[in-house]
Amino acid sequence: MSHDPVLDIAGLSVAFGSLKALSDVSLSVAAGERLALLGHNGAGKSTLFKAVLGFLKPEAGRISVAGAAPGTAAARRTVSYLPEAIAFPRALTGAEVITYFAKLKGEPPAKAKALLQTVGIADAAHRRVGTYSKGMRQRLGLAQALIGRPSLLLLDEPTSGLDPISRGEFYGLIDTIAAEGAAVLLSSHSLTEVEARTDRIAILVKGRRVAEGRLADLASAAALPTVVRVKAKAIDGATLQARLGGRRLNGRSVEFDCTPGDKLALLARIASHSDIVADVEVSPPHLDDVYRYYSGLGAAGEAA
Amino acid sequence: MNGLSRIAAIAAIEFRLSARNRWVLLATLILVLFALALAFLGSGPAGERGVDALTLTAASLATLSVYLVPLIALLLSYDTIAGEIERGTLALVLATPAARGEVLFGKFLGHLAVLTLAIAIGYGVAGGALVAVHGYDPAGALAWARLMATALFLGAVFIAIGITVSAMTGRVGTAAALLVGVWLVLVVLYDLALLAGLVLDDGGIFTTHVFPILVLANPGDAFRLFNLAALEAAAPVAGIDGLARTLPFPAATALASLVIWLLLAGCAGMLRFRSLHP
Ligand SMILES: Nc1ncnc2c1ncn2[C@@H]1O[C@H](COP(=O)(O)OP(=O)(O)O)[C@@H](O)[C@H]1O
Ligand SMILES: [Mg+2]
Repeated sequence: MSHDPVLDIAGLSVAFGSLKALSDVSLSVAAGERLALLGHNGAGKSTLFKAVLGFLKPEAGRISVAGAAPGTAAARRTVSYLPEAIAFPRALTGAEVITYFAKLKGEPPAKAKALLQTVGIADAAHRRVGTYSKGMRQRLGLAQALIGRPSLLLLDEPTSGLDPISRGEFYGLIDTIAAEGAAVLLSSHSLTEVEARTDRIAILVKGRRVAEGRLADLASAAALPTVVRVKAKAIDGATLQARLGGRRLNGRSVEFDCTPGDKLALLARIASHSDIVADVEVSPPHLDDVYRYYSGLGAAGEAA
Repeated sequence: MNGLSRIAAIAAIEFRLSARNRWVLLATLILVLFALALAFLGSGPAGERGVDALTLTAASLATLSVYLVPLIALLLSYDTIAGEIERGTLALVLATPAARGEVLFGKFLGHLAVLTLAIAIGYGVAGGALVAVHGYDPAGALAWARLMATALFLGAVFIAIGITVSAMTGRVGTAAALLVGVWLVLVVLYDLALLAGLVLDDGGIFTTHVFPILVLANPGDAFRLFNLAALEAAAPVAGIDGLARTLPFPAATALASLVIWLLLAGCAGMLRFRSLHP
């Protein structure tokens, strides 16, 4: 892939007084790509979006939005933004909100209103936003962001507070938009949520980018152990541990950490003691463990 | 021009929001009721001294407008920026191709349109009723038209002040509190302080040299001065205005004061808004 990224951030640092909200962050998103920005509250996700929009002046680093500087007229024509916790005026209808933003973006309002259909709230187009559910308001926000087919979509925690079904549908829409060629940068504080819905993830911890890449690569690089839990037939964990080793969990069970490579050998050894083994449970590393692992790395780096 | 259509879109949405939130209705009702009350409850001396009812009421309505019009202007504008910051929509608007100057100017025009409607209907209805009851008088009609135009001008100054304070605080509650203070100081306390100064000074340097400038420097006083001076000796006026009429300036200077206020408030608002990060 030799084409230029739509969004290119290199060595970005942003400070609020003495607080370093972002330190030396580099990222890029290509056309058609979905990048998830993960981090706890206060990690600097919203700050990064605001720097990309040109609202905040970086202390150091470079940001390029389709080749333009952030906040310039050219950049603003390229990006669409959905801020976190947006509240459109309750007294306006969905159609009025969309018409307004279409005019600000210089797009035909009729075409923009068709987006209400795309996001599935066409039925409520002429109802006041004050009567919308949280999910409908987020969909309205997304419809607004889609006006004029932006090349770069910046979505700040677009699915926080949505129920799992709405969330799934929301990501479905984002898939479609990316497939049509938009570069999508979205933030979230849950890795489980963005799994399979994004191409790459970047993890921010206290303003530092501690990991970046495809989820599968990050998971294998973290080399987190698979946990194997063995349960004894009788309440006889002691015998079990004496024969097999491992950690005692409670009266009946022991637990092992093993690498993917050692897993089969371990299971074979357990099977050879089938006289006292009642059950075996294998848990591959959970996504939250992967996230916790990288978050921990960042926090440790901070302390060092 | 794209810029113009964006300004129009912003002005239109502000107007629509004011209409939906009943501000248009409320502002118009307040002005209709007070103007009618002054026209018919306060028109006792009409006919005396050959002064027509329109002129007389214009004089008393000019005094009342100094309180009412700034209050309505501030009520219309106090949350225009701060509210959008709190709701998160300002970041959205500023992420679009709309330039900051366009956003600010569009908001100003939207609020001004609401005020124009309220003044046109409120003072128009009262003026029409006066003509219907007491008959038409060209001089009175002129005084009435002058009152309406300058009241709008005064309102424009306070809308600009309201928008500027809204942009400076960034919080609806703070902006509201601050603007109540601005209103009290500019409209009420300022005059009280001037009167106190006059009483203490008892015809000295303050009365002859400082006082006239201080009267002109206040937008409300400048507005009232212009209207009352233009009525000549037609209507009975007292207090500050009686004294102000003997000022060593032409009345149009008062209009210049309003222009300067509008420009200063506009520039301050723009300066603040340009460096604001939503
Ligand atoms: N306007 C601001 N002034 C001062 N500090 C801020 C401001 N905005 C954000 N911060 C601080 O910067 C850090 C990152 O915030 P933010 O980017 O909002 O995090 P996130 O979106 O990941 O939750 C936090 O410590 C936050 O308190
Ligand atoms: Mg945030």
